[in-house]
Amino acid sequence: MSHILEIVYLIGSISFVLGLKMMGQPDTARKGNAVAAFGMGVSVLGTLFIGETGFSVIPHIGLILSAISLGVVVGTVMAKRVQMTAMPEMVSLFNGMGGLCAALISMIEWRALSGTGELQGLGFAHYLPVIAGLIIGTVSFVGSMVAWGKLNGSLGDFRFKGQQFINMMVLLAILVASGLTFVFLGADLSIMGFFGTLALSVVYGLLFVFPIGGADMPVVISLLNSFTGVAAACGGFLYHNNVMLMGGVLVGSAGTILTIVMCQAMNRSLTNVLIGAVGNSSSSGSGSSGGKGGSVREVQATDVAIMMKYASKVVIVPGYGLAVAQAQHVCHELESLLESEGVDVKYAIHPVAGRMPGHMNVLLAESNVSYDKLVEMEHINPEFGTTDTVLIVGANDVVNPAAKTDPASPIYGMPILDVDQSKQIVVLKRSMKSGYAGIDNELFFNPKCGMLFGDAKDSLQKLVNEIKAL
Amino acid sequence: MSEIIQFVGENINFIYLMVLMIFVGIELISHVPSVLHTPLMSGANAIHGVVLIGAIIVLGKAGNDDYLSLILGFLGVVVGTLNVVGGFVVTDRMLEMFKKKPKAPGSKS
Repeated sequence: MSHILEIVYLIGSISFVLGLKMMGQPDTARKGNAVAAFGMGVSVLGTLFIGETGFSVIPHIGLILSAISLGVVVGTVMAKRVQMTAMPEMVSLFNGMGGLCAALISMIEWRALSGTGELQGLGFAHYLPVIAGLIIGTVSFVGSMVAWGKLNGSLGDFRFKGQQFINMMVLLAILVASGLTFVFLGADLSIMGFFGTLALSVVYGLLFVFPIGGADMPVVISLLNSFTGVAAACGGFLYHNNVMLMGGVLVGSAGTILTIVMCQAMNRSLTNVLIGAVGNSSSSGSGSSGGKGGSVREVQATDVAIMMKYASKVVIVPGYGLAVAQAQHVCHELESLLESEGVDVKYAIHPVAGRMPGHMNVLLAESNVSYDKLVEMEHINPEFGTTDTVLIVGANDVVNPAAKTDPASPIYGMPILDVDQSKQIVVLKRSMKSGYAGIDNELFFNPKCGMLFGDAKDSLQKLVNEIKAL
Repeated sequence: MSEIIQFVGENINFIYLMVLMIFVGIELISHVPSVLHTPLMSGANAIHGVVLIGAIIVLGKAGNDDYLSLILGFLGVVVGTLNVVGGFVVTDRMLEMFKKKPKAPGSKS
């Protein structure tokens, strides 16, 4: 490989590290993304136009450029069109594409090498990245597609008894099949082993993600993200390509840490997320008067408007319902209206509110809510005692007292927002349907709690109008 | 076993690089405010799109009449590009919202 290309790859690698570093700080985050994109662009151009002996165009350049153009157009349109609320799905989808790409590379590489018998001579050092890229890439692709389907609601949870055992068996079978592929290189058994490995990886990807509850999808996506990083690093080993190796490993390790940090935010271990899937133990009894605490109290927008206008402190708890209803703008309108009436308004941000950590921050930032109004859980919790009204907009599991009181609850142990410390609670909700974890919320039966049913956006708009009319 | 030692020996520089990169990755992410978790995940997602380079290499090597490899390689480059471009654009859109806002109350809708 030419030295010029090596230098280009070095620039690319440095850009990735620098870009990721800058993305970790709010002020420089956007620039960091641009720096990483620059590194990517330089590396790709270098690969295309710098060959063994200086500047030379890679073979099949026409085909490659048309493939890239197609990817650029489709990718840009998809990324630009997607609603802010559907961002997590989109990330999952693009992650899957990366996994598929890694798997395809391995397939072609294996085909080319085993066809000529070349692979036998190259030995284990060459075989390992090929097969590892195939397995990890395929699992990541299939897993991401399932996660994508679950997030957009087209796929449900699916689990059966002894699933963990079956998963281990499949994993073992993958190792056996990939071992056979290597031992019998050149023979028919090797070809069978290869396709066996591919098929089993697909099965594993399905089994891996299907049982995990929708509420835990962000963690899974983050984990699959780091898988794809490792698959890319395999390509780096295969081609002795430094930028692929560095980029891949960087994402692999950063992704793993990010996954663990997310789990910590939910006060759960990674194993707990992956194995102890959030159950659907008590999805029955979601009628309007079920549960232990008697009936719920429905309130009218007028009452809530009065309650809030004459409060001195209001805390808004946003959740996924806010995102679904696209209610962030009207929510900000309500907030500034109350502020102009002299009410102290804050947002309580649970680490996993919405479908991704930071989802609510992104959404509210979109509607120009200022940073200092967004208060993280550990800082807002002590303030609930002095809060007059808590307005819960489409959040459910993150305010469910069962996480504290009911050891049998699947979300037991997750830190929650202590909204019941405040004087009044108002919940904006479409119906009494349970949240993503599929469990009832005792909070709604709390005598301090009033329910304002309806679409979050409509309800907030009504509140704004009522307050203006007062 | 000897094959594993051979593998390590042949790739020792890459293994050094890998180990150091793991530490860099851990160091970079450990102290990030949770506000930035989603954009960061998305940004990392775009960076592993570097796998695209592998797809370009493999497509460039494919024989002229090896149609299966050409087709799979073409697909590989398309999805790799999707990962890169989509990833960076989505991240940029998320981060765009974090920019400083000069204007005071009053919302656009």
